[in-house]
Amino acid sequence: MRLSDLPKGTPAVVDGVHDAHVDDPIAQRLRDLGFVDGEPVRVVAVGPMGGDPVLIQIGFTRFALRRAEAARVSVRSEIVA
Amino acid sequence: MSASTLRIALVGNPNCGKTALFNQLTGGRQKVANYAGVTVERKEGRFTAPSGRVLQILDLPGTYSLEANSPDEQITRDVCAGQFPGEAVPDLIVCVADATNLRLHLRFVLEVKRLGRPVVLALNMMDTARHRGIVIDVPELQRRLGLPVVETVAVKRGGARALIERVDGEVPLAAPVQADDAASRSDLHGQVRELLAATVTMPRTTAALDDALDRWALHPVFGLAILAVVMFLVFQAVYAAGKPMSDLIGGAFGWMGEHVAVLMPAGPLQSLVVNGLFGGLGTVIGFLPVILVLFLFILTLEESGYLPRAAFLLDRLMLSVGLTGRSFIPLLSSFACAIPGIMGTRSIQDPRDRLATILIAPLMTCSARLPVYALLIGAFIPMHKVFGIFNLQGVVLFALYLAGILGAMAVGWVMKHIRRDKSEHALLMELPSYRMPKLRDVAIGLYERGAIFMKRLTGVILGLTVLMWFLSTFPGPPADATGPAINYSFAGYLGRGLQYIFAPIGFNWQISLALIPAFAARETAVAALATVYLVGGDAAGGLGHALAGQFSLASALSLLVWFAYAPQCMSTLAIIRRETNSWRNVVISFGYMFALAYTASFIVYQVTRMLT
Repeated sequence: MRLSDLPKGTPAVVDGVHDAHVDDPIAQRLRDLGFVDGEPVRVVAVGPMGGDPVLIQIGFTRFALRRAEAARVSVRSEIVA
Repeated sequence: MSASTLRIALVGNPNCGKTALFNQLTGGRQKVANYAGVTVERKEGRFTAPSGRVLQILDLPGTYSLEANSPDEQITRDVCAGQFPGEAVPDLIVCVADATNLRLHLRFVLEVKRLGRPVVLALNMMDTARHRGIVIDVPELQRRLGLPVVETVAVKRGGARALIERVDGEVPLAAPVQADDAASRSDLHGQVRELLAATVTMPRTTAALDDALDRWALHPVFGLAILAVVMFLVFQAVYAAGKPMSDLIGGAFGWMGEHVAVLMPAGPLQSLVVNGLFGGLGTVIGFLPVILVLFLFILTLEESGYLPRAAFLLDRLMLSVGLTGRSFIPLLSSFACAIPGIMGTRSIQDPRDRLATILIAPLMTCSARLPVYALLIGAFIPMHKVFGIFNLQGVVLFALYLAGILGAMAVGWVMKHIRRDKSEHALLMELPSYRMPKLRDVAIGLYERGAIFMKRLTGVILGLTVLMWFLSTFPGPPADATGPAINYSFAGYLGRGLQYIFAPIGFNWQISLALIPAFAARETAVAALATVYLVGGDAAGGLGHALAGQFSLASALSLLVWFAYAPQCMSTLAIIRRETNSWRNVVISFGYMFALAYTASFIVYQVTRMLT
């Protein structure tokens, strides 16, 4: 599932970030910001117009991502261990 | 470099409290300039350590990664690596990390460490970390990182003592340089996780206060309502405090000019001093209160963490016209005055988004347009009611504001479609924790904005004001002159020449002439029209009635629309030059606004003439 499709409030775990094209600086920056395999994420808010951008909680940090940016991140639902 | 001076570069993620730490260390002893060849702000300060050694500190732009995505991030990367032309290699890098957000910030610390330069890590906001129950094993972190680690609280007096003691001592040894490739980069996250597991214990992932505040501040309905209230208060303050002070300053300089005039013999020199010098200074310094009041709010909102929330709420709307959520505050400021608006675009990191915002900002209806609007509307628009409740004069004023906004949206949309760089530019914006703004940081920020405006623009605006005075004064009228002196001046000739250009939009030579001094400041258009039409007194009502007999409704409407769009403010053009470091952008601004104003006025004039 893509992070842009994750319903608000549902906990999930990052799988990885996919480049939208070759040498995608946005994908690289997402990885630098900590969107890497195994990190727990959650959508905490969505923008008032068309649900864009989305506010993502990752670790201690909240990042506003446009839907096109969030679509680069694939997530899986959290497996309760 | 003298042996006793130590060059320190301050680096860190955005929102790590780096600038507050910089302010704590250097106080008011800061120099703000630009890096050579780019419009990125360069902040340097110095202080003397207890040992007597002078520490020279460079506050580098905040970045999440040395893999730079924007000009300011490239500067941080190049200065740290000692590759920026004209900047000395720092003797020591102080990497600042937010102790409450180590998962994000430690990765950057590891990245900086790999440069192989001497590094000290400052764990900032240690008080907040303790308050939230985050426990950090500092000695263990220091051992595992292989870097000296100190604790700081940038917002508390004496909160940087440990850092000062550390940097005043021996420069630590540098870690070995490590290769930078994709595989080792992705490995950094693994190292961060290990470090966190071994040295940090934390109870909860976020602050409960942030959760609670964001539930309201980012709510689709309440969030927008809160934003509207905040903006309403800002504007109330600008008009209740800033504008009267500006008028007072303008008046004071006029009064001083008159008193100096008494001491001088009548003639060109007296006129230069009174109208050119004092008039010009009044204009320049008169901008200052509006700029300071606006920036007081902008800085407070920025420090408190609210500004990115506003950008979040409005990003979608702004994106649809080729801008970003961050463009909103600068554009809103431009309703008071385009100058602080354009200066405020420094908060937009992306150069393309920033330039688009700068080009659009002058279309917002600034307060200097109001006297012109008030005069022309009062003279030409009847007071009658529309639909029983609205006053037609008010409707026209509203339409002019709307025209500015719609014009800006149209220009943004067109720019989005004609620019060469159509690539996706990211939002990727961190919403930091809310915090109480600190008086010192706001005060230093305000001082910087004021100083930038006064230092960089006084000369330009004063020069242009004197030039406008010269054009309107020379050559003097012949002895047998019957009309006002300005009719015989260069401006008079220019006005007569310009009327051929402006005739299709309904401007006679008197209006064309009045546009020339109005280029120095829009509001002087009123005084200029009064002079040209030989109307005595300052009473706007009197001038309004005089004007109503001199030209048609079509010309008046056309002139209103002209003032809504035209590049009628040289101070704005001067600040565009300063902020973008490019004459090309000044030419683009002037050119597109002239074309837009001319086209719109032409349509309004011709349509009104057909209808009346």
